[in-house]
Amino acid sequence: MLKDQDRIFTNLYGMNDRSLAGAKMRGHWDGTAGILANGRDWIIDQMKASGLRGRGGAGFPTGLKWSFMPKETDGRPAYLVINADESEPATCKDREIMRHDPHTLVEGALIAGFAMGACAAYIYIRGEYIREKEALQAAIDEAYDAGLIGRNACKSGYDFDVYLHHGAGAYICGEETALIESLEGKKGMPRMKPPFPAGAGLYGCPTTVNNVESIAVVPTILRRGADWFASFGRPNNAGTKLMALTGHVNTPCVFEEEMSMSVREIIEKHGGGIRGGWDNLKAIIPGGASCPVLPKHKLEDAIFDFDWMRENQSSFGTGCMIVMDNSVDVVKAVWRLASFFKHESCGQCTPCREGTGWMMRVMDRLVTGDAEIEEIDMLLDVTKQVEGHTICALGDAAAWPIQGLIRHFRDEIEDRIKAKKTGRVTAAYAAE
Amino acid sequence: MLRRLYSEQPASFEFTEANKAWAEGQIAKYPEGRQQSAVIPLLWRAQEQEGWLTKPALEYVGDMLGMPYIRVLEVATFYFMFQLQPVGTVAHIQVCGTTTCMICGSGDIIEVCKRRINEKPHALSADGKFSWEEVECLGACANAPMAQIGKDYFEDLTAENFEKLLDQMEAGNVPVPGSQAGRYSSEPAGGPVVLAEHKGTGAEYNGSVQRAVDIGDTLKRIDGTEVPLLTPWISKGAGHGEVAKPAAPAKSAVQQAAEKKAAPAAKPAPAPAAEAEVEEKPVTLDAAREGGADDLKKLKGVGPKLEETLNELGFYHFDQIAAWTPEQVAWVDSRLKFKGRIERDGWIEQAKIFAEGGDA
Repeated sequence: MLKDQDRIFTNLYGMNDRSLAGAKMRGHWDGTAGILANGRDWIIDQMKASGLRGRGGAGFPTGLKWSFMPKETDGRPAYLVINADESEPATCKDREIMRHDPHTLVEGALIAGFAMGACAAYIYIRGEYIREKEALQAAIDEAYDAGLIGRNACKSGYDFDVYLHHGAGAYICGEETALIESLEGKKGMPRMKPPFPAGAGLYGCPTTVNNVESIAVVPTILRRGADWFASFGRPNNAGTKLMALTGHVNTPCVFEEEMSMSVREIIEKHGGGIRGGWDNLKAIIPGGASCPVLPKHKLEDAIFDFDWMRENQSSFGTGCMIVMDNSVDVVKAVWRLASFFKHESCGQCTPCREGTGWMMRVMDRLVTGDAEIEEIDMLLDVTKQVEGHTICALGDAAAWPIQGLIRHFRDEIEDRIKAKKTGRVTAAYAAE
Repeated sequence: MLRRLYSEQPASFEFTEANKAWAEGQIAKYPEGRQQSAVIPLLWRAQEQEGWLTKPALEYVGDMLGMPYIRVLEVATFYFMFQLQPVGTVAHIQVCGTTTCMICGSGDIIEVCKRRINEKPHALSADGKFSWEEVECLGACANAPMAQIGKDYFEDLTAENFEKLLDQMEAGNVPVPGSQAGRYSSEPAGGPVVLAEHKGTGAEYNGSVQRAVDIGDTLKRIDGTEVPLLTPWISKGAGHGEVAKPAAPAKSAVQQAAEKKAAPAAKPAPAPAAEAEVEEKPVTLDAAREGGADDLKKLKGVGPKLEETLNELGFYHFDQIAAWTPEQVAWVDSRLKFKGRIERDGWIEQAKIFAEGGDA
């Protein structure tokens, strides 16, 4: 388990001073001008060496992403956009940064913005986070007053603004190009790529979009060294990570932990174990709604990191897990996700707009058992037709949980349909 | 879900003075010509003021931002936080129903809403005080199930404690938000298992709840006077790089306040177009003189990047800059693409002092 002195977010629960003075006591904003004085290339090289992968779900290497920004400006300003539209179901980690340790994010924004030659950062926070927005704005105001950002930020000679912007309740705005559209005051409908945001993003200018956590860890990584950060986790899965346990553990919570620990150890150490003991575990959804469900028998030796989850046909996502015990109707749980994606589809691409509704309606029948056995394969076929045929990944995200459900729980769905048809309850049902 | 404007609309809408000043401050966050970016924050403030989003409010915001009304309507119908019909006068309750909350019992909370408020979401209770809806994940999953009531999150709900919250609000009280099960924030119930040495020296409530209690606007309509208006990005910001601040036709309260606060920063940008057109190339050098270039970064607003540009243009020494005439300033200005910065930041005055070996 990660030692307290190796934690980046030392005020995660907000029990200590949340102001600038408190942040400085915890070591933030220490020698920021010195970090900037090392230059853009040094910062990007350090980030690459640290092995940090994007914390928003996709896991793209952060340093590499920054290096896509143009080195020489062609007259257009460049922007850093920070994605604080935390709306992936089960994900509640960035909220803790913004309300309890906001200076990690503001300092990170300055350093990251400098490294990519940006003139300003726009932080796009979800509209429902009203208090978090106030807390973060208060931190930004403090930083302006102390001369840490704004003109001649930290007396480095570099001018940098941090603006807080908010959305109004659309999951799709967590997709980077939809977020940019929304930030321009339009409907949050994703853009075709290319051009990628690094070429033409916000206002047609070079833009990089990063998750809150990816930015907030930057100052500490640069202060403590890339090697320190890379020393946690397996190769290619480096670092510490904010994680959450939600659902049927004894003590749901948010916490920071090193990558590549075993799923079971995490659940037992932080979540106080599964409600009713390990054997009462039915399944987990590892990192948010779009990650395929994994049943208990896959989890005995599971490792919680990007690579293990990918090798096992799921995804690490945001590292915030939904844990389900045997009281849960897993078909209904996934049906709820299908309903979520139907609600949140922006309606731009036909396969997603029609497909998400179609998938949900078939799931309706699978939940009650009022379906034909053949419909399971038909549903699987529809998910394949949606997956990969849309502008953004929402179509894929809607397809994956259903594919995961059919992969691991086909028996349960079939039993339910048979029970409905014959009026007989099968052994699996009788046990409940 | 079909989202359209409500059948009955009020005659007019106007921001309160304070909300208007707030809105102008928000618009300043975006570069000139990009005011449309502020549409969501402004619509949201309009909804906070009125309780729901009316047609006159959409048009008012459209006028303020120079947007066609249809573009505003597109935004209002796209984003689900905009309530396009009247909501309960006391509170609109948004119960999270997505998977984590669902398996933790949000169904019970929704049952209470159906029984006590209205069978249907978005419909008013008999006394008009409450309305409710089921919303998608609100991002407080470690404290499931939860609901947003007014501006605040009420977490770790059960049917019993949720009914008590409704009772309190019905009686005209504002309950304390946050965990209803006694947790501080998102730590494990019973206390943190990590960060033991950091435990418990802070405020009474967590970051969200403390604000709710201090400001006291959980259920209140916002008129803009709740908290002082702060806009440091205007007084202390770099002002969108190359893009000069537009001179507003009439000075807003925000700008006046900002000027009072930080006098040197917000001087109206000089060099109107007519003057700037007369340009003359100043004397430039191919390289620094013996003894090396001066540190031009000492000038206000000049960073490593700008210094490099100045060097490329052929300026290495303070005495060169100190000798610029207004025509030469215009020449440099048009190449730096920082309209008015040379005057605004007083380079020539500073350069004179530095050239004589002084310290500004």
